[in-house]
Amino acid sequence: MMEQVERIQVPQGPLFKFGVREKAIIAIGLFATVFIVILIAGSLIPEDSLDVDLYNIFASPSLAHPFGTDWVGTDMLLRTITGLYLSMKIGIFCAVTSAIIAVLLGIAGPIFGGKIDYVISWLVDLVLSVPHTLVIILVSIACGGGLTGIVIGVTVTHWTSLTRVIRAEVMQVKEMEYTKISRKFGKSKLFIAREHVFPHVIPQLVVGTVLIFPHAILHEASITFLGFGLPPHEPAIGVILSESMKYLTSGKWWLAFFPGASLVLVSMMVENIGRNIEKIINQKTAYM
Amino acid sequence: MRLRAEEISFKYNNNDKYILEDIDFSIESGEVVGLLAPSGYGKTTLAKILAGYEKPTSGQVVLEGCESRNNGYAPVQLIFQHPEKAVNPKWKMRKILSEAGMPPQELIDAMGIKESWMDRWPTELSGGELQRFCCIRVLSEQTKFIIADEMTTMLDAITQAQIWNVVLTYAKKHNIGVVVISHDACLINKVCDRVVSLTGDKRDVISPHIETNQISASC
Repeated sequence: MMEQVERIQVPQGPLFKFGVREKAIIAIGLFATVFIVILIAGSLIPEDSLDVDLYNIFASPSLAHPFGTDWVGTDMLLRTITGLYLSMKIGIFCAVTSAIIAVLLGIAGPIFGGKIDYVISWLVDLVLSVPHTLVIILVSIACGGGLTGIVIGVTVTHWTSLTRVIRAEVMQVKEMEYTKISRKFGKSKLFIAREHVFPHVIPQLVVGTVLIFPHAILHEASITFLGFGLPPHEPAIGVILSESMKYLTSGKWWLAFFPGASLVLVSMMVENIGRNIEKIINQKTAYM
Repeated sequence: MRLRAEEISFKYNNNDKYILEDIDFSIESGEVVGLLAPSGYGKTTLAKILAGYEKPTSGQVVLEGCESRNNGYAPVQLIFQHPEKAVNPKWKMRKILSEAGMPPQELIDAMGIKESWMDRWPTELSGGELQRFCCIRVLSEQTKFIIADEMTTMLDAITQAQIWNVVLTYAKKHNIGVVVISHDACLINKVCDRVVSLTGDKRDVISPHIETNQISASC
């Protein structure tokens, strides 16, 4: 009988597997580096480099001016990077403030329950049911426009979906035995929210915050483009785009193409970072 | 001090049938009472009601000789069956152990908890090791009654013996009442002063004098 027993062959995989996880980590590293480089480059560009150069107006893309020049001869590459820098600053700020609101409300709702939870859910539904752009325009104007208006407008509209995700997670943790035991040990609701619930929310929070960013900068640019956001003297992408509208018909395509494409690329990049973090954190896809 | 359940009835939804109906139960300080019933007879539900995790549909749980407090450390503590669900997976063991205050070192040693476990995550310990933490957490001066719901059901005999030994010694020393809920008639027969059964013709009468002889015979 013993001879008949076959040895089970354990499949030998390669020592280093290049799977989803490795790809995700590389993508995150790459995009994060590009992101930081743009941020640093944007902060290093001095104000006076955006000078008027009337000998060089409407130069098409060349080696000296890769993105061309505009109607006063300013280098469009510099304008685009400064614009992206401003957009990214606004995006980061809005994403962080939205995330803070989402965490506070998402945890407070289920932990305190009852009327508070009802009001928070109602607020989420209310904000979600109105088109974002409309609310941002209204809030932006109501807050006096400019940077403050944009930031408040984007923040008050972008906390909702993350709040829902966090609320669902908190409701699940709240029903776990260890949270109930903690109550019986006489721990306060605040202690439970901070020590038991919050660590479980961190993965969702990181992914959610990163994913708010592209929304925020696209909304900022579109509102500015429409003329309700940042004032025309700011070096914002939205300002560049609305300005370029005047010259598009006369064939100055580079004025809109490069700034617009960079903005879309940056948002896609950050979206990609968010999705990849999600892949790594999610247990279903983490070890593929 | 006495923990008393008066005519407890319980059902999860209004339309469901009763899981527990008119249950009377009481336990004195320092007493070890066994609660015996087959699966699905509401042992765990009764445990949760006694410890205040669920509210009974009708009837009440009274703790005689103790002021009722809604907040603060509960005098009646429940030990759950599955230790891996009763600890926060995002906490290290030292934090889990000291959540209700750090137990004295001799108790930790008696429970067989090693210092090297303290800096691990719950997933890095076995069920038996985790259950030691869950048991020692409720061994406190403020605990008046312990309800052990299938506390050692999934553990091997040696670990069972060690954990029960520590819990019962502590309970005796501090005059804590222990409700032992188990399928294991041998265990109940060994550790309990008195056995109560949830079974019976009407399923709603707890006879304090169950056929103890029968249990002994089967062991």
